[in-house]
Amino acid sequence: MHELSVAQALLERAEAICRAEKARAVRRIQLRVGELAGIEKRQLAAAFAAIREGTLCAHATLAFHDVAAVWSCPTCRVDVPRGAPLRCPTCGRPAVLMAGDALLLERVELEVQDV
Amino acid sequence: MCNDCGCGDPALVPVDVHERLLAGNDRVAAHNRAHFQDAGVLAINLMGSPGAGKTTLLEATARAFQGKTRLGAMSGDLATDRDGERLRLAGIPAKTVTTGTSCHLDATLVHDTLHDMAWQKSDIFFLENVGNLVCPAIYDLGQAANVVVLSVVEGEDKPLKYPVMFKDCDLVLINKVDLLPHLPQVSLQGFTDALSRVMPEPRWLAVSGWTGDGMDAWVAWLNARRPVRKVPRVSVKLA
Ligand SMILES: Nc1nc2c(ncn2[C@@H]2O[C@H](COP(=O)(O)OP(=O)(O)OP(=O)(O)O)[C@@H](O)[C@H]2O)c(=O)[nH]1
Ligand SMILES: [Mg+2]
Ligand SMILES: [Zn+2]
Ligand SMILES: [Zn+2]
Ligand SMILES: [Zn+2]
Repeated sequence: MHELSVAQALLERAEAICRAEKARAVRRIQLRVGELAGIEKRQLAAAFAAIREGTLCAHATLAFHDVAAVWSCPTCRVDVPRGAPLRCPTCGRPAVLMAGDALLLERVELEVQDV
Repeated sequence: MCNDCGCGDPALVPVDVHERLLAGNDRVAAHNRAHFQDAGVLAINLMGSPGAGKTTLLEATARAFQGKTRLGAMSGDLATDRDGERLRLAGIPAKTVTTGTSCHLDATLVHDTLHDMAWQKSDIFFLENVGNLVCPAIYDLGQAANVVVLSVVEGEDKPLKYPVMFKDCDLVLINKVDLLPHLPQVSLQGFTDALSRVMPEPRWLAVSGWTGDGMDAWVAWLNARRPVRKVPRVSVKLA
C-alpha cells in the first residue's frame, strides 16, 4: 500500500510549512486528487490518521478536491467520451490528458495564536 | 477572538501551496535520470502484475542479445533474492532490492542500490519493479521508458481496471502468447482494444518469454532507444 508513503510525505510537508509559518498546529489540509492520480483516498486518509498522532497535524482534517479525468484532442479541443478509445472523435489524433492526473497539496490552514 | 490575553480561539491562516505530493521522489528521480543519461545507459522501468513474466522476459532478453549488448538489472522484491539470482544465472549482473513492506520501487531505493553496482558498465539497465499493477505507476525512478508486461492469462480487461499503469506506458509486452491456443475465450484483439481506451498511442508487442517469440521485435525496440554515449564510461562517477 503506497498510500502510507504518500501520507508520510504529506505529513512531513504539512509540518514543515507549519513550522516555517511559526504556527502552533495544522487545522485543515486540502489535497487535489485526480481520478488518474493513482491514489485511493480512503486508504490515504486511514494511513494519515495512523501516523499523525503526536504531530502538528494531530487534529488536522483532510479535505479532497476531486478532479475527473479529461482526455481531449490537442488540436480540436474535443473531449473523448468516457471509456472510448483515446483518439479525437473528429480528426483521429491521439488525445492528451488535460486533467485528472495530479496529486497536489493545495493548501493548509494553520492555527496561530491570536495576538 | 480574544485580543487581550491570548486565551481565545486561535486564528486560522491559510497557506496556498500547490505542490506535487511526490515532489521529493521526483527530485531524486531527476537525479537518477541525469546519472543514466550522463553515462549513456538506457534505463527501463519494467512493471506488471505478480507472475506476468517480467523476470522470464529478462532471461529471454539476455539470450536474444547473445552477449552483444551489456545488460544490467535490479529487481524489486518484497522478501526474496530469487529474481536477482535468476538474472545473474542468465548472465545479467543484477541485484535484488528488498523492499520489505513497500509494494513498489521508489527513486531513493533505486539510487541507493545503484551506488553498490557497476551499473555504468551496462548499455541497457532494467529496473524490474515489484509485481503490482497499482503502486509502481506513480513513482518515477529516472527511467527513459516505461514497459508494462501484461500476460494473456490475466484477462483482457486489466488495462481498463488499472488505467494509471497504462497511461504513461511506452510499450506493453503482451506476454505468454504461447498459451493463447489454450484460451479460446481470450484474443489479442481483446487486449489491444482495451489498451486503446487507456493509452492515447498504444504500442504493444506480442511475446513469449518462454518460447522466445517476439524477442526480435523487442530487441529492435530497445536498440532504437539506446542513447549515444557522450562521455567515456570510465570517467562517469555517481554523485
Ligand atoms: N507459458 C508461459 N509461461 C511463462 C511465460 N513467461 C513466464 N512464464 C511463467 O510464469 C511464471 C512467472 O514468471 P516470472 O518471470 O517469475 O514472473 P514475474 O513477473 O517476474 O513475477 P514477480 O517478479 O514475482 O512479480 C513462471 O512460472 C514462468 O515460467 C511465457 O511466455 N509463457
Ligand atoms: Mg520477477
Ligand atoms: Zn501500494
Ligand atoms: Zn481533433
Ligand atoms: Zn547520485
